[in-house]
Amino acid sequence: MSTEPRLALSEPIADEVRKTTCYMCACRCGINVHLKDGKIRYIEGNRDHPVNRGVLCAKGSAGIMQHYAPARLRAPLLRTGPRGSGEFREISWDEALETATGWLGEVRARDPRKLAFFTGRDQSQSLTGFWAQQFGTPNYAAHGGFCSVNMAAAGIMTIGGAFWEFGAPDWDRTKLFVMFGVAEDHDSNPIKIGISKLKQRGARFVSVNPVRTGYSAVADSWVGIRPGTDALLVLAIVHELLKARKIDIDYLIRYSNAPWLVIDAPDTADHGLFARDEDGKPLVFETVTERVVAAGATGARPALSGSHRLPDGRRACPSFHLLVEKYLDPKYAPEAVAEETGLSAATIRGLAAEIARTAFDEAIEIDQPWTDIYGERHQSFVGRPVSFHAMRGIAAHSNGFQTTRALHLLQVLIGSIDCPGGFRFEPPYPKPLDAHPTPHGRAEHFGSNKPLSGPHLGFPRGPEDLLIDDDGKPSRIDKAFSWDAPIAAHGMMHMVIANAHAGDPYPIDVLFMYMANMAWNSSMNTAGTMKMLTDKDEATGEYRIPKIIYSDAYDSEMVAYADLILPDTTYLERYDCISLLDRPISEPDAVQDAIRWPVIEPDRDVRGFQTVMLDLGARLALPGFADAHGVPLYKDYADYIVRHERRPGIGPLAGFRGSEGDRAGRGAPNPDQLKRYIENGSFFSAHIPLEAQFFKHANQAYQDFAVKMGFFDTPKPVIFQLYSEPLQKFRLAGEGLREPAAPESHRERIMAAFDPLPDWYRPFGEAAADEGEFPYHAISQRPMAMYHSWGSMNAWLRQIHTKNPLYVPGKICDAHGLVSGDWVWLTSRHSRIKVQIQRTDAVNDGTMWTWNAVGKRRGAWALDKNAPEGTKGFLLNHLIHELLPPKKDGMRWSNSDPVTGQAAWYDLMVRIEKADTGGEAEPNFPAISRPADLPEPPDELRYGQEWAS
Amino acid sequence: MTTLPSLPTPKKLGLVIDLDICVGCHACVVNCKEWNTGGYGAALSDQHPYGADVSGTWLNRIHTFEVTPEGGEIVGEAGDARIVHFPKSCLHCEDAPCVTVCPTGASYKRAEDGIVLVDEEKCIGCGLCAWACPYGAREMDLAAGVMKKCTLCIDRIYNETFEEVDRVPACVRTCPASARHFGDFADPNSAVSIMVAERGGMDLMPEQGTKPVNKYLPPRPRKPLSESAGMLPLAENTADAKGFFAWLDGMLDRI
Repeated sequence: MSTEPRLALSEPIADEVRKTTCYMCACRCGINVHLKDGKIRYIEGNRDHPVNRGVLCAKGSAGIMQHYAPARLRAPLLRTGPRGSGEFREISWDEALETATGWLGEVRARDPRKLAFFTGRDQSQSLTGFWAQQFGTPNYAAHGGFCSVNMAAAGIMTIGGAFWEFGAPDWDRTKLFVMFGVAEDHDSNPIKIGISKLKQRGARFVSVNPVRTGYSAVADSWVGIRPGTDALLVLAIVHELLKARKIDIDYLIRYSNAPWLVIDAPDTADHGLFARDEDGKPLVFETVTERVVAAGATGARPALSGSHRLPDGRRACPSFHLLVEKYLDPKYAPEAVAEETGLSAATIRGLAAEIARTAFDEAIEIDQPWTDIYGERHQSFVGRPVSFHAMRGIAAHSNGFQTTRALHLLQVLIGSIDCPGGFRFEPPYPKPLDAHPTPHGRAEHFGSNKPLSGPHLGFPRGPEDLLIDDDGKPSRIDKAFSWDAPIAAHGMMHMVIANAHAGDPYPIDVLFMYMANMAWNSSMNTAGTMKMLTDKDEATGEYRIPKIIYSDAYDSEMVAYADLILPDTTYLERYDCISLLDRPISEPDAVQDAIRWPVIEPDRDVRGFQTVMLDLGARLALPGFADAHGVPLYKDYADYIVRHERRPGIGPLAGFRGSEGDRAGRGAPNPDQLKRYIENGSFFSAHIPLEAQFFKHANQAYQDFAVKMGFFDTPKPVIFQLYSEPLQKFRLAGEGLREPAAPESHRERIMAAFDPLPDWYRPFGEAAADEGEFPYHAISQRPMAMYHSWGSMNAWLRQIHTKNPLYVPGKICDAHGLVSGDWVWLTSRHSRIKVQIQRTDAVNDGTMWTWNAVGKRRGAWALDKNAPEGTKGFLLNHLIHELLPPKKDGMRWSNSDPVTGQAAWYDLMVRIEKADTGGEAEPNFPAISRPADLPEPPDELRYGQEWAS
Repeated sequence: MTTLPSLPTPKKLGLVIDLDICVGCHACVVNCKEWNTGGYGAALSDQHPYGADVSGTWLNRIHTFEVTPEGGEIVGEAGDARIVHFPKSCLHCEDAPCVTVCPTGASYKRAEDGIVLVDEEKCIGCGLCAWACPYGAREMDLAAGVMKKCTLCIDRIYNETFEEVDRVPACVRTCPASARHFGDFADPNSAVSIMVAERGGMDLMPEQGTKPVNKYLPPRPRKPLSESAGMLPLAENTADAKGFFAWLDGMLDRI
C-alpha cells in the first residue's frame, strides 16, 4: 500500500468574512462573503439570518460569477448609432448626469407627465416612488403590474395582507399545506426549508400546478389543474365545505364582514353596499334584541342570514347570506367543475375533505392568554392547521384577482388566517384597506415644477378615486386606475411602451427605466416592442419615444434600445436597504429589515442607482433632495438610509434607531446605524411578544406593538372583507347608478369582473381564442437556478439551463406525430415561434410549458453570438400580445386582468405543428453588438486557481 | 494498479441523500463548485464559459428523470408520471474500482475515513478511473489535465478554523431542503445510519459490487386525495341554502 499524502486540512479559507444580503433573486437571504487577496473566495448562507438560516440556493452560490460577469457595464454610455444597434460611446458621470438633468428638468417645467419613470425588479421603491412624487410626474410605478399585483391587491382588499412578503404559512405547525403555482424565485429558500420541515414531520403537501416540476415533484399530491381554472377548484371546495357545515362560524362573526348588512335596493346607487350608521359604521342585525346595531358592538349576537329591515325602512341581509346562497348553487359542485378544471370530482372532494378534517378534527391550541380588540380575554390561541400559498400561477391570468380573492375567502371560512398552523401575517401587515392611500395622478394632483400631491399608487375605494379626466380618459400613460384597470395598485408597466408609442392617452418625451428588460423578456409582443422603441415620427424624424434613459449593471437586451445608460453596481458593491416601508422581509414572529453594503469596492466607473437618483434629485432641486439653495440634502444612499425620515422618527430602517441605537421602529436617526447593522450581520430582527403573535388583525397586544413600532399611529385592526364593497361600487358605476358612471364601452366587462363575491370567468385570452384553432395552453415556469434574465450571463448557472425545450404532453405529441427533438411551429393568435420539443407526461395533458427567460437575444449579455441561449432558447413572449384581439366595435383591451391590470401571461392559447426543418429557433433577430468595445469574454475560466493547494 | 486499504476503514464517511425532499434546485451543485474551485487541488475550470459550446468541471450534478411507475405506486392526481431529481457525486465506495484501476497510485482511499481522493501530484490524466467508475462520478479537468472528484470537502470537515457546525461538506451545509446529510456509516448509532435504517436507505446499483458508502432515501409513500373523498360528512338538508340557514341558526344559539 502506498503512503497517503499529508494534507493541510485545517487552513483558514479567507482573509475576512463580510456579511451582507443576497440579490441573486428576490428572496433576500443573508450571506457571508469570504474575501481572499481582495477577491471573493466563497459565498455561503448566514446561519443567523432569519430568512435563510444558513442555506443558500444555486443562484446565491453563483454570486461570484455574477460579480465578475463580462456582461457588466463599466461606464456611462451615450448612444452613437441608431437605437437597437448597440453602438455607444463611454462618457463621464458628469456628462451623463448633466444630460439626464437637462432632459428631465425641461420636462418637469413644461409638462411633468411627459416623464414616464418605471422601475423593474428593484427593492428600493420607497426611494424611487418618493423621487417620482417629488419630481411631479403622475407616471411612476414599479414592476408589480406585470408580476403579481393580483396577489397583492386581492390579498390586501380581502384580508389586509397577502402571500409571500406580507405573510407565510406556519411551517412549524401546519398539517396540510396547499400550494398553487409559484415562481420558484419568490421566497425560494424559505419555501424549500418549509416544505422540508413539513414533509419530515409527516404533514401533507398538496401542489396545485399544471406542471409537475420543482416543488410539485415532491408534493404528496399533485393536482395538475388546467391553467386559469383555479377559482373553480377553490369555489367547489367552498361549496363542499358549506354543504358539510365545515366552516368556523365563530371566527366569521368575530373577524369578517359576514354579519354586515348589505342593502337590498335594486336600481339605486346604494344597492349592494353596506348599510351604515351616521358615523359610517357598518350595521348588523342583533338577534337577541332584534335591532340593527353598529358592527362590533359589545355583546351583540349578529345574524348571519335573513332579510332585515333597516331604520330607514329599506331591506338588507347579512353578506354571509348572499355568500351562502351563491356558493351552494350546484354550478359550484365538484361534478360541475370537473371537466373545466380537468380534475376528477373525487380529487376535488378529497381535497375538501382533507381541508375539513385537518382544520376541525386536528385543531391545535397554544396555551397563551390574549385579548382581542373588543376587550375579550381568550385563554389560548386555537389553530386550524391548514395553510395555503400561491403566487403567479394564479395571479398572471385575467381572472387572477378574483381567483386570489376566492383563495382568501376559503381560508377565512375555515378560520385559518393568522392562527397557529395557518397562513400568518408578517409585520407590518396586516393593514386594512383604509390604511393605504388612494392613488394620485389626476390633473389637479400635479403641475409644472411641483411635486405630485400624494403617492402615485394606492387603492381606489370606488370609481370616485379613479385617475381619469372629465371625459373618462386615463390620466396615466399606462392607463392604471382608469376604467381599463380601476384597481391597478402597482401600475401597468407592460403597457407603457405600447401606449407611449401610440400616443394614447398622450405621447411622452422621456422614458426612464431601471432594471427592467423591456426590449426582451419583460415585455409581451417582444418584436413589436423593439419596433415601438425604434419607430420614428415621419414628420419630425424623431423617435416616437424621443428619449430613453436606462440603468442596469449588465449589457441586457434593453441597453441597446436606450439613449443614455447609467451603469449600476452589483449587489456586493452597494448600500441598499430592505425596508419595512417597501417590500418587507419580516417573519410571522418578528419584525425584520436588512441592508447591503459594499463588501467589495467597484473596479470600474459605475454607481449605485439609488445614489444616482439622489444626485439627480439634487441637480433638479427636487424638494426632499436639495435644500432651498439647491444644496444636496444627502451625500449618497447610505446617508439617505440613515437620515431620511418619512414621518418623524420613522426612516428606511427600523433597527438601532435613536442616539444610543437602542430604539426599534420609532426613534431619532442614529449616525452609527449602518455600522450597527453590519456588526449584526446586516439585518435587524425584533421579536413580537408571544401574546401578540397570532390573530394580529384583531389582537390588541399586536395592535399596540404595531403602534409602538411605528407601522401606524393608532391601532388599525382588519375585518376580513369576504364581500367587497369597493367592487360593488364599480358595479354600480357599471350600471350607471353611481358617479362617475362607467362608459358604455366598459360596462359589460365591469359587471362581469367586479363581482363583490369571488367568482370565476373564462380568462379573456382563452375566451378570445377559437378553441378549435388554438386548443392548447402554453405557460412558462421559473427554473430554481435562474432569476429572470440574469442567469444566462453567469458562467456556472448557464451550464444548468443553456437552452429551453418546449415540454409537450404525450397526448399532444401522439395527436400530432411528434417525438422528442422534433422542431415545431407554435402559433398563437398573435404570432408564431419555431422551437424544439421534449415529450413529457408530468403535465396537464392540454398544457405545454417551457422555462422562462432562458432564451436570449444574440449578442446580448456578453454571450457568443452562437450561444444556445440565442440559437435554441426561446421566449413565449413573442406569442403574447399586449392587447387582446379586436372586439366587434374595433376596441382592443389590454391583455390584463380587468380589475388590477395584471399582465395575463398565462392566458396564452396555441396550436402546434411539426416544422419541416430544424436548426435554430425563430424568430431570429440580428445580433446586437457589444457596446463601446467592452472586452471580449474569456475563453476559459479557472476561478480560484491561484489558491490551488 | 493501486490497492485499497487492507482493513475496513474505522470510519466510513459519506452522504445520505433524501429523494423524498430533493426539489432539484441545484444549490448543492453550485455551492460545491464554488467551494471546490478555490479549494483542494486545481480549480474546477470552465471551457467556453460564455460561448456556444460551454462546459465545465463539476463534482456534483443533478440528473432529472421522468418516470411512470408500472404497477407501482400511483401518486399523481392528474397523471401517473412523476419527476425525480437525483443528485450524484462520488459515492466513496468500499470496493472502489476507480482506485484499483489507477496506474500511478494517484487515486486512493484513505485508510482513516474511507474518503476516496485523487493525489493530483501523481495523476497523469489517463482517465482510466473515470472509465472504471460505474456511476460516472469523476470528471477530467480539461485545463489542469487531472481527474477531479468529490472530496467530501476534506478541507472543510477537519477544518478547525471553522465552527464545528460548519465542518460538513458544502453541499450539505447549503441544501435548502435538508435533503443531504453527512456522517459516519461505520457507526450504527450515527444520525445517517439511523436515517438509513428507518427509511430503507438504498445502495446505488448494488449489482456492481462496489459497496458504495453514500446512500439514497426513497420517496415516502403517498396516497391520492381521491381516497379521502368519502370522508366529508354529508349534512342533512344539503340541497339548498334553506337547510344551511336552519343549521346556522342552531349554531348561533350555541355560540
